[in-house]
Amino acid sequence: MKRRVLFFVSSGLLLASFYMVLVFVPTERDMGIVQRIFYYHVPLAWIAFLAFFVVFFASTGYLIKRKPLWDHIACASAEIGLVFISLMLLTGMIWAKAAWGVWWIWEPRLTTSLVLWFIYVAYFIVRAYVVEEERKARFGAVVGIIGFLNVPLVFLSVTLWRTQHPPLTIFTEGLAGSMMATLLVCLFAFNFFYFYLLAEGTLMKADERAVKQLKEESIRRNP
Amino acid sequence: MREIAKACVIAAKDMLTEIRTREVVSSVVVFAVLVIVIFNFAFGSNPQAADLVAPGILWVTFAFAGVLSLNRSFVLEKEEDCIEGLMVAPISRESIFLGKFFGNLLFIFLIQVIVIPVFSLLFNVGFFNIELVLITVLASVGFASVGTLFAAMAVSTRARELVLPVLFFPVITPVIIAAVNASALILEGGGLGDITQWLGIIGAFDVIFVVASYLIFCFIIEE
Repeated sequence: MKRRVLFFVSSGLLLASFYMVLVFVPTERDMGIVQRIFYYHVPLAWIAFLAFFVVFFASTGYLIKRKPLWDHIACASAEIGLVFISLMLLTGMIWAKAAWGVWWIWEPRLTTSLVLWFIYVAYFIVRAYVVEEERKARFGAVVGIIGFLNVPLVFLSVTLWRTQHPPLTIFTEGLAGSMMATLLVCLFAFNFFYFYLLAEGTLMKADERAVKQLKEESIRRNP
Repeated sequence: MREIAKACVIAAKDMLTEIRTREVVSSVVVFAVLVIVIFNFAFGSNPQAADLVAPGILWVTFAFAGVLSLNRSFVLEKEEDCIEGLMVAPISRESIFLGKFFGNLLFIFLIQVIVIPVFSLLFNVGFFNIELVLITVLASVGFASVGTLFAAMAVSTRARELVLPVLFFPVITPVIIAAVNASALILEGGGLGDITQWLGIIGAFDVIFVVASYLIFCFIIEE
C-alpha cells in the first residue's frame, strides 16, 4: 500500500518535472539548451550521495544487529546509487562537452564521483565473489562503511590537487525563480522515486533470499 | 599494552617466515624494479619528462608492490590454515589485526628501503631527505591499514588476486594524490612548509583508517 502511494507520487512528480524541464523553464542565456540537463544532473548527484549514505547506515546496522533486512536495504541502495551516479557522470560529461568543449575534466566533484563509482563497483565485485550469503552481507557492509568514510578525504585531496590550477567557471550568481522551482520539483521527484525504488529493491532482495533458501532446501531433500 | 605485545609476536612470526623463505620481499622488489624500468621505457627518454613524472612513477610502483605483498600476507595464512590457528589462540581479533598490520608495514618499509635507491639511480633524482622519508612513512601506514583489512577480506573470496586491487586502489586515492603532489613539491626544491596540507590529508587518512580497520577487522574473520 505504502509502495503504491510512493509509486504514484513519484511518477506524478517525475511527469511534472519532465514538463517543467522541457517546456516550462526558459532556456538559459549563455549555455543554451544544454543547460536543461542541469535539472536532472543535480538531483541525480544528490540521490547518489543519499543512497551511499543509506548504504553506510544500513551496513553499520547490519554489523551490529545481524538482521538480513539491513543487508537487503544496503544492497538495494547501493544498486540505486550506482545507477544514479553513472547517470550523473554521463550527464556531467555531456554538460562538460557543451560548456568546456571536452568530454571529461578533472574537476573535483567529477573526480570524486568517479572514485566513488569505482568503490561501489568494487562493492558488487566483492559480493559476486563470495559464495556464502552471510559472509557476502558482512563483506559488503565493510566495503559500504569504508567507502563512505573515504568520501570527504577523496573530495579534499582532489580539491587541493586541482586548486593549483586556474579555477573553472563556477556559478556564482543565484538561479532565477522559474529555474529554482524546476530544480526543486526535480529534487522532490527524485527523492520520492529513490524511496520507491529502495522499498521495491529491499523486498526483491528478501524474495531472492527466500527463493535461494527454498532451492537449497529442495536440493538437500532430493539430492 | 599486552595487546600490542601479542601483536608484535604475530608480526615477528611473519618476519621469521619471510627470513626463512625470502619469498615475498625478494619477488616484490624484483617486480617493483621491473615496473620502474618499464615506466622508464615509456617516459625516460628525455630528462625533463623524467623529472616531471618521477614522483608519479614512484607512487604507482609502491601501490602495485603494496597490493602484491599485502595479498601474500594472507594467502600464506590461508594456505596452511594458519588463520584458524590464530583464531583459536587466546588473543583478540584486534591483536590479530595489529599483528598483521605491523607485519605488512614492516614488509612495505623493507621493500621501499630497497626500491628507493634503485629508483633514484635510474631516474637521477635525489631521494634522501627527511621530508620524503616522512611522506613515505605516513603514506605506508595508510596503505597498510586498509590494505590489511581488504587483504583479509580478499583471501576469503573466490578471486583473491582480483578483489584486492579493485578494492584497494579507489580507497587509497587520497593517499596517492597527496603523496605524489607532496613528493613533486619536495623534488622541485620545496620545504616542509609547502607540503603541510598534503601531509595533513595523509595523516587524517591514517588516523581514520587505522581506527576504522582496527574496529571492523573482527567482522571479517569470524567463522
